[in-house]
Amino acid sequence: MMLTSLDRKILDLLQNEFPISVHPFHELADILGIDEAVLLQRIQHLKDTGVIRRIGGVMDTRSIGYYSVLCACEVEEERLDQVAAHISEEPGVTHNYQRNHRLNLWFTITAPSQREAEDTLRRLENDLGVIIHTMPAEKVYKIRLSLPMGEDDYAD
Amino acid sequence: MLTDTDIQIIQYLQGDIPLESSPYTPLADRLGISEEQIVQRIQWLHDQGLIRRLAAVLRHREAGFTVNAMVAWQVDADKADKVGTFFAGDAHVSHCYWRQVPEDFPYNLFTMIHARSPEELQERLERLSHYRDVKDYVVLESLQEYKKTSMKFF
Repeated sequence: MMLTSLDRKILDLLQNEFPISVHPFHELADILGIDEAVLLQRIQHLKDTGVIRRIGGVMDTRSIGYYSVLCACEVEEERLDQVAAHISEEPGVTHNYQRNHRLNLWFTITAPSQREAEDTLRRLENDLGVIIHTMPAEKVYKIRLSLPMGEDDYAD
Repeated sequence: MLTDTDIQIIQYLQGDIPLESSPYTPLADRLGISEEQIVQRIQWLHDQGLIRRLAAVLRHREAGFTVNAMVAWQVDADKADKVGTFFAGDAHVSHCYWRQVPEDFPYNLFTMIHARSPEELQERLERLSHYRDVKDYVVLESLQEYKKTSMKFF
Protein backbone atom coordinates (compact mmCIF):
# COMPACT_ATOMS: atom_id res chain seq x y z
CA MET A 1 0.00 0.00 0.00
CA MET A 2 1.03 3.64 -0.40
CA LEU A 3 1.95 5.11 2.94
CA THR A 4 1.09 8.74 3.54
CA SER A 5 3.45 11.05 5.35
CA LEU A 6 1.22 10.78 8.44
CA ASP A 7 1.39 6.97 8.22
CA ARG A 8 5.18 7.12 8.20
CA LYS A 9 5.23 9.37 11.25
CA ILE A 10 2.81 7.05 13.02
CA LEU A 11 4.90 3.99 12.17
CA ASP A 12 8.12 5.63 13.38
CA LEU A 13 6.47 6.60 16.67
CA LEU A 14 4.80 3.22 17.17
CA GLN A 15 8.11 1.45 16.59
CA ASN A 16 10.34 3.70 18.65
CA GLU A 17 8.40 5.75 21.18
CA PHE A 18 5.42 3.73 22.28
CA PRO A 19 4.85 4.98 25.85
CA ILE A 20 4.49 2.74 28.85
CA SER A 21 1.36 4.41 30.18
CA VAL A 22 -2.31 3.86 30.89
CA HIS A 23 -3.38 5.76 27.75
CA PRO A 24 -0.51 5.27 25.29
CA PHE A 25 -2.46 6.17 22.14
CA HIS A 26 -3.64 9.42 23.67
CA GLU A 27 -0.02 10.45 24.34
CA LEU A 28 1.00 9.54 20.78
CA ALA A 29 -1.92 11.52 19.35
CA ASP A 30 -0.75 14.55 21.36
CA ILE A 31 2.76 14.24 19.91
CA LEU A 32 1.28 14.10 16.40
CA GLY A 33 -1.19 16.87 17.11
CA ILE A 34 -4.20 14.82 16.02
CA ASP A 35 -7.26 13.36 17.75
CA GLU A 36 -6.83 10.01 19.43
CA ALA A 37 -9.83 8.69 17.47
CA VAL A 38 -8.15 9.63 14.19
CA LEU A 39 -4.92 7.94 15.27
CA LEU A 40 -6.70 4.74 16.30
CA GLN A 41 -8.55 4.69 12.98
CA ARG A 42 -5.32 5.11 11.03
CA ILE A 43 -3.55 2.38 13.04
CA GLN A 44 -6.50 0.06 12.43
CA HIS A 45 -6.08 0.69 8.71
CA LEU A 46 -2.34 -0.09 8.91
CA LYS A 47 -3.21 -3.37 10.63
CA ASP A 48 -5.97 -4.22 8.14
CA THR A 49 -3.60 -3.70 5.24
CA GLY A 50 -0.95 -5.87 6.88
CA VAL A 51 1.73 -3.24 7.48
CA ILE A 52 1.49 -3.70 11.26
CA ARG A 53 1.71 -7.32 12.41
CA ARG A 54 0.88 -6.52 16.03
CA ILE A 55 1.38 -3.97 18.78
CA GLY A 56 2.71 -5.30 22.04
CA GLY A 57 5.79 -6.24 23.98
CA VAL A 58 9.05 -7.31 22.40
CA MET A 59 10.64 -9.68 24.89
CA ASP A 60 14.30 -10.38 25.49
CA THR A 61 14.57 -14.16 25.11
CA ARG A 62 17.74 -14.43 27.17
CA SER A 63 16.57 -12.16 30.01
CA ILE A 64 13.34 -14.10 30.25
CA GLY A 65 15.57 -17.14 30.77
CA TYR A 66 14.89 -18.86 27.47
CA TYR A 67 17.43 -20.24 24.98
CA SER A 68 17.22 -19.80 21.24
CA VAL A 69 19.42 -20.92 18.39
CA LEU A 70 19.61 -20.65 14.59
CA CYS A 71 19.52 -24.02 12.83
CA ALA A 72 20.16 -25.11 9.25
CA CYS A 73 19.83 -28.37 7.39
CA GLU A 74 20.19 -29.87 3.94
CA VAL A 75 16.97 -31.46 2.70
CA GLU A 76 16.28 -33.17 -0.63
CA GLU A 77 14.20 -30.83 -2.78
CA GLU A 78 11.29 -33.28 -3.15
CA ARG A 79 10.94 -33.66 0.65
CA LEU A 80 11.50 -30.02 1.53
CA ASP A 81 7.87 -28.90 1.96
CA GLN A 82 7.04 -31.92 4.07
CA VAL A 83 10.12 -31.60 6.30
CA ALA A 84 9.54 -27.85 6.65
CA ALA A 85 5.89 -28.37 7.63
CA HIS A 86 6.90 -30.91 10.27
CA ILE A 87 9.49 -28.54 11.75
CA SER A 88 7.03 -25.61 11.70
CA GLU A 89 4.64 -27.62 13.86
CA GLU A 90 7.02 -27.25 16.81
CA PRO A 91 5.68 -24.37 18.92
CA GLY A 92 9.26 -23.23 19.70
CA VAL A 93 10.07 -22.77 16.01
CA THR A 94 9.37 -19.09 15.30
CA HIS A 95 11.05 -18.57 11.90
CA ASN A 96 11.42 -21.15 9.15
CA TYR A 97 12.65 -20.38 5.62
CA GLN A 98 13.80 -22.10 2.47
CA ARG A 99 17.05 -20.43 1.38
CA ASN A 100 19.15 -20.63 -1.79
CA HIS A 101 22.07 -22.66 -0.44
CA ARG A 102 23.14 -26.30 -0.05
CA LEU A 103 21.83 -25.82 3.50
CA ASN A 104 18.38 -25.03 2.17
CA LEU A 105 16.19 -24.97 5.29
CA TRP A 106 16.89 -22.42 8.04
CA PHE A 107 14.90 -22.04 11.22
CA THR A 108 15.16 -20.74 14.78
CA ILE A 109 14.06 -22.66 17.82
CA THR A 110 13.37 -21.18 21.27
CA ALA A 111 12.91 -23.24 24.44
CA PRO A 112 12.93 -22.75 28.23
CA SER A 113 16.47 -24.23 28.34
CA GLN A 114 19.30 -25.30 26.04
CA ARG A 115 18.68 -28.89 27.07
CA GLU A 116 15.04 -28.75 25.95
CA ALA A 117 15.99 -27.14 22.65
CA GLU A 118 18.58 -29.85 22.01
CA ASP A 119 16.13 -32.61 22.92
CA THR A 120 13.62 -31.23 20.42
CA LEU A 121 16.29 -30.98 17.71
CA ARG A 122 17.40 -34.57 18.33
CA ARG A 123 13.80 -35.75 18.10
CA LEU A 124 13.34 -33.84 14.82
CA GLU A 125 16.55 -35.39 13.43
CA ASN A 126 15.27 -38.87 14.28
CA ASP A 127 11.75 -38.26 12.97
CA LEU A 128 12.92 -36.67 9.75
CA GLY A 129 16.24 -38.37 9.01
CA VAL A 130 18.08 -35.07 8.55
CA ILE A 131 21.17 -33.59 10.19
CA ILE A 132 20.44 -30.27 11.91
CA HIS A 133 23.39 -27.90 12.30
CA THR A 134 23.10 -25.37 15.11
CA MET A 135 24.71 -21.94 14.92
CA PRO A 136 24.49 -20.39 18.38
CA ALA A 137 25.14 -16.65 18.69
CA GLU A 138 28.34 -15.93 20.58
CA LYS A 139 28.17 -12.16 20.31
CA VAL A 140 25.36 -9.78 19.46
CA TYR A 141 26.43 -6.59 17.73
CA LYS A 142 22.96 -5.38 16.86
CA ILE A 143 19.30 -6.22 17.29
CA ARG A 144 17.13 -3.46 15.88
CA LEU A 145 13.49 -4.21 15.62
CA SER A 146 12.34 -1.05 13.95
CA LEU A 147 12.46 -0.13 10.30
CA PRO A 148 13.21 3.51 9.53
CA MET A 149 10.13 4.77 7.70
CA GLY A 150 11.22 8.35 7.00
CA GLU A 151 13.21 8.90 3.83
CA ASP A 152 16.05 10.63 5.65
CA ASP A 153 16.77 7.91 8.13
CA TYR A 154 19.10 6.07 5.81
CA ALA A 155 22.03 8.42 6.17
CA ASP A 156 24.87 6.27 7.45
CA MET B 1 11.75 -13.84 40.65
CA LEU B 2 8.75 -13.29 38.44
CA THR B 3 5.38 -13.29 40.13
CA ASP B 4 2.30 -14.84 38.66
CA THR B 5 1.15 -11.29 37.86
CA ASP B 6 4.39 -10.64 35.91
CA ILE B 7 3.87 -13.79 33.87
CA GLN B 8 0.27 -12.83 33.10
CA ILE B 9 1.42 -9.37 32.04
CA ILE B 10 4.08 -10.87 29.74
CA GLN B 11 1.51 -13.24 28.27
CA TYR B 12 -0.86 -10.34 27.65
CA LEU B 13 1.85 -8.24 26.01
CA GLN B 14 3.14 -10.96 23.72
CA GLY B 15 -0.19 -10.87 21.95
CA ASP B 16 -1.68 -7.86 20.23
CA ILE B 17 -2.86 -5.24 22.73
CA PRO B 18 -6.34 -3.85 22.02
CA LEU B 19 -6.53 -0.73 19.89
CA GLU B 20 -8.40 1.19 22.59
CA SER B 21 -7.83 4.30 24.63
CA SER B 22 -7.28 2.08 27.70
CA PRO B 23 -5.62 -1.06 26.35
CA TYR B 24 -4.88 -2.55 29.78
CA THR B 25 -8.45 -2.49 31.13
CA PRO B 26 -9.20 -6.15 30.25
CA LEU B 27 -5.99 -7.29 31.99
CA ALA B 28 -6.62 -5.08 35.04
CA ASP B 29 -10.14 -6.50 35.36
CA ARG B 30 -8.83 -10.05 35.11
CA LEU B 31 -6.03 -9.54 37.65
CA GLY B 32 -8.12 -7.39 40.01
CA ILE B 33 -5.53 -4.60 40.14
CA SER B 34 -5.51 -1.07 38.73
CA GLU B 35 -4.22 -0.09 35.30
CA GLU B 36 -1.67 2.14 37.05
CA GLN B 37 -0.31 -0.89 38.89
CA ILE B 38 -0.04 -2.80 35.62
CA VAL B 39 1.81 0.04 33.96
CA GLN B 40 4.21 0.26 36.92
CA ARG B 41 4.90 -3.44 36.65
CA ILE B 42 5.47 -3.16 32.86
CA GLN B 43 7.95 -0.36 33.57
CA TRP B 44 9.75 -2.62 36.06
CA LEU B 45 9.88 -5.53 33.59
CA HIS B 46 11.25 -3.09 31.03
CA ASP B 47 13.88 -1.74 33.47
CA GLN B 48 14.92 -5.33 34.26
CA GLY B 49 15.42 -5.96 30.55
CA LEU B 50 12.79 -8.68 30.18
CA ILE B 51 10.63 -6.49 28.00
CA ARG B 52 12.91 -4.87 25.46
CA ARG B 53 10.14 -2.45 24.55
CA LEU B 54 6.53 -1.92 23.69
CA ALA B 55 6.19 -1.28 19.99
CA ALA B 56 4.45 -2.02 16.74
CA VAL B 57 6.01 -4.95 14.90
CA LEU B 58 5.77 -4.39 11.14
CA ARG B 59 5.64 -6.75 8.20
CA HIS B 60 8.78 -5.76 6.29
CA ARG B 61 7.37 -6.39 2.86
CA GLU B 62 4.14 -4.47 3.43
CA ALA B 63 6.13 -1.60 4.95
CA GLY B 64 8.02 -1.20 1.67
CA PHE B 65 11.13 -3.26 2.49
CA THR B 66 10.57 -5.84 -0.21
CA VAL B 67 14.10 -7.27 -0.27
CA ASN B 68 15.17 -8.91 2.97
CA ALA B 69 18.28 -11.06 2.96
CA MET B 70 20.26 -12.99 5.49
CA VAL B 71 23.89 -12.41 4.57
CA ALA B 72 26.72 -14.34 6.23
CA TRP B 73 30.29 -13.07 6.07
CA GLN B 74 33.62 -14.83 6.40
CA VAL B 75 35.71 -12.88 8.89
CA ASP B 76 38.64 -14.02 11.08
CA ALA B 77 37.74 -14.39 14.75
CA ASP B 78 40.18 -11.70 15.87
CA LYS B 79 38.54 -9.18 13.52
CA ALA B 80 34.95 -10.02 14.50
CA ASP B 81 34.43 -7.10 16.90
CA LYS B 82 35.80 -4.55 14.47
CA VAL B 83 33.74 -5.73 11.49
CA GLY B 84 30.66 -6.50 13.61
CA THR B 85 30.65 -3.00 15.04
CA PHE B 86 31.07 -1.45 11.61
CA PHE B 87 28.24 -3.51 10.11
CA ALA B 88 26.01 -2.72 13.09
CA GLY B 89 26.34 0.97 12.20
CA ASP B 90 24.70 0.47 8.80
CA ALA B 91 21.05 1.61 8.82
CA HIS B 92 20.04 -1.25 6.49
CA VAL B 93 21.43 -3.87 8.86
CA SER B 94 18.84 -4.81 11.50
CA HIS B 95 20.61 -7.74 13.13
CA CYS B 96 24.30 -8.59 13.40
CA TYR B 97 25.61 -11.65 15.25
CA TRP B 98 28.84 -13.57 15.55
CA ARG B 99 27.96 -17.26 15.44
CA GLN B 100 29.53 -20.64 15.99
CA VAL B 101 29.27 -22.35 12.60
CA PRO B 102 29.77 -25.89 11.26
CA GLU B 103 33.21 -26.67 9.79
CA ASP B 104 32.01 -26.72 6.19
CA PHE B 105 30.22 -23.36 6.54
CA PRO B 106 32.95 -20.74 7.03
CA TYR B 107 30.67 -17.66 7.21
CA ASN B 108 30.44 -16.67 10.85
CA LEU B 109 29.29 -13.04 10.95
CA PHE B 110 25.54 -12.96 10.28
CA THR B 111 23.50 -9.93 9.23
CA MET B 112 19.91 -9.28 8.23
CA ILE B 113 19.74 -6.61 5.57
CA HIS B 114 16.55 -4.85 4.49
CA ALA B 115 16.20 -2.90 1.27
CA ARG B 116 13.48 -1.32 -0.84
CA SER B 117 14.77 -2.83 -4.10
CA PRO B 118 17.28 -5.45 -5.35
CA GLU B 119 19.48 -2.56 -6.48
CA GLU B 120 19.51 -1.08 -3.00
CA LEU B 121 20.50 -4.47 -1.56
CA GLN B 122 23.29 -4.75 -4.12
CA GLU B 123 24.60 -1.29 -3.23
CA ARG B 124 24.67 -2.24 0.43
CA LEU B 125 26.47 -5.52 -0.26
CA GLU B 126 29.12 -3.73 -2.28
CA ARG B 127 29.67 -1.19 0.44
CA LEU B 128 29.91 -3.75 3.23
CA SER B 129 31.94 -6.29 1.25
CA HIS B 130 34.64 -3.73 0.47
CA TYR B 131 35.34 -3.32 4.14
CA ARG B 132 38.79 -4.74 4.81
CA ASP B 133 38.93 -7.99 6.77
CA VAL B 134 35.88 -9.34 4.90
CA LYS B 135 37.11 -12.40 3.00
CA ASP B 136 33.95 -13.68 1.40
CA TYR B 137 30.19 -13.71 1.90
CA VAL B 138 27.08 -15.62 0.97
CA VAL B 139 23.60 -14.15 0.42
CA LEU B 140 21.08 -16.53 1.92
CA GLU B 141 18.02 -15.31 0.10
CA SER B 142 14.69 -16.58 1.39
CA LEU B 143 12.88 -18.48 -1.35
CA GLN B 144 9.91 -19.43 0.77
CA GLU B 145 8.60 -18.42 4.19
CA TYR B 146 7.25 -21.47 5.99
CA LYS B 147 6.73 -19.81 9.35
CA LYS B 148 7.17 -16.46 11.00
CA THR B 149 5.67 -15.76 14.41
CA SER B 150 6.60 -14.22 17.73
CA MET B 151 7.66 -16.56 20.50
CA LYS B 152 5.02 -17.27 23.11
CA PHE B 153 6.81 -17.52 26.45
CA PHE B 154 5.46 -19.42 29.49
